[in-house]
Amino acid sequence: MRVNVTVNGEARQADDVWEGESLLFVLRERLGLPGSKNACEQGECGSCTVYLDGTPVCACLVAAGQAEGREVRTVEGLAEGDRLDPVQQSFVDAGAVQCGFCTPGLVIAAHDLLNRVPNPGDEEIREALAGNLCRCTGYEKILEAVRAVAR
Amino acid sequence: MDFLRPATLAEALAAKAERPEAVPLAGGTDVMVELNFDHRRPAALLDLTRIAELAGWATHDDTVRLGAGVPYTRVITELGDELPGLAMAARTVGSPQIRNRGTVGGNLGAASPAGDTHPVLLATGARVEVASVRGTRMIPADEFYVGVKKHALAPDELIVAVHLPVAAGPQQFAKVGTRNAMVIAVCSFAVALDPRRRRAGAAIGSAGPTPRRASDAEEFLAGELPWDAPAPLGDAVRRRFGELVAEAAAPIDDVRGTAEYRRHALAVLARRTLGWAWQDYLGGRRTCA
Repeated sequence: MRVNVTVNGEARQADDVWEGESLLFVLRERLGLPGSKNACEQGECGSCTVYLDGTPVCACLVAAGQAEGREVRTVEGLAEGDRLDPVQQSFVDAGAVQCGFCTPGLVIAAHDLLNRVPNPGDEEIREALAGNLCRCTGYEKILEAVRAVAR
Repeated sequence: MDFLRPATLAEALAAKAERPEAVPLAGGTDVMVELNFDHRRPAALLDLTRIAELAGWATHDDTVRLGAGVPYTRVITELGDELPGLAMAARTVGSPQIRNRGTVGGNLGAASPAGDTHPVLLATGARVEVASVRGTRMIPADEFYVGVKKHALAPDELIVAVHLPVAAGPQQFAKVGTRNAMVIAVCSFAVALDPRRRRAGAAIGSAGPTPRRASDAEEFLAGELPWDAPAPLGDAVRRRFGELVAEAAAPIDDVRGTAEYRRHALAVLARRTLGWAWQDYLGGRRTCA
């Protein structure tokens, strides 16, 4: 089937999409947007987190057909040209990026939190990031990055 | 595989009547996992996310009619006062991403013994509104779960809404998991007190082939609570309540815990949640006086 979706402000079209295919597969393999990472494919790790109509979701759990006509914003859509989003910049500055695999999902989750709660406490940050697994930073640098933007 | 995308409930019911094998797809937090891992290859997916009739909630006559497609996040942010037990259970589901997509309707459709909202639905006496082209009917929560991941729906029926009484008293939900977030319940428990009717609801999750009410514990509690002259609860009542809840469970040993542990943990959860709920009641009474 054909899927029409607005991605990062641009109308995109994917053809020959299998009906059981995920939005994540469409983004990565059909639209050439590899920012959202494919890891657990069961909503456990958060690496594929994107905004769907402004709400953070695991792209691996959205059927491609469910995204028809909707708006998706991926980590590729956060920066403005060469200028990183403040959350992205803070991750770089704090050293919250190691292998980088979890980073796009964490950046979206943190970006959403800070949109909703400009000055979150540590408990709010931990709860907001609870759906994103990282195997190498130990999370402390990630928390520092989010705290730094909040300030 | 076909991807059916009805725009209205009527269209969805017609599609389900014509294709009873079509798998309803709401938040996708269960169904998509099965698809991603090749565990399921349904002939058709029936996307319910475009149907406005499933997407809202409303209160009439002290009952909340919660559309099957309302995500957990909205239950938490909008219904904490009316449905405190359900909001608490919703807050323990997965992660923010999962709560943004997952729905109470989907939880019911999956009918997993470990589904987080089931104990609350049972303890509060919720009813499930289901519909088909043949009409609409209400299924009481304690007749809804009929086996492991099996429910009372006919093949042509869809879950439309859940009807829950607006909380008439304190409610509590608690679950045991191996960590604080992103975890399936090892066991779970909900208690709902209704001081006006002198009723207590109690139900367990993840400790039997289906979620189930703890009827003996409910009766015991309704008779023992000092409704008219509220006073702090004695240990004996809380302990006995816990024992009766544990006796109502029919758990198995599995990778997440032993049957023995589940029974023990349920007794503890029951004792604690009752203590919290009764404390709420005492606090509320004091405020009013």
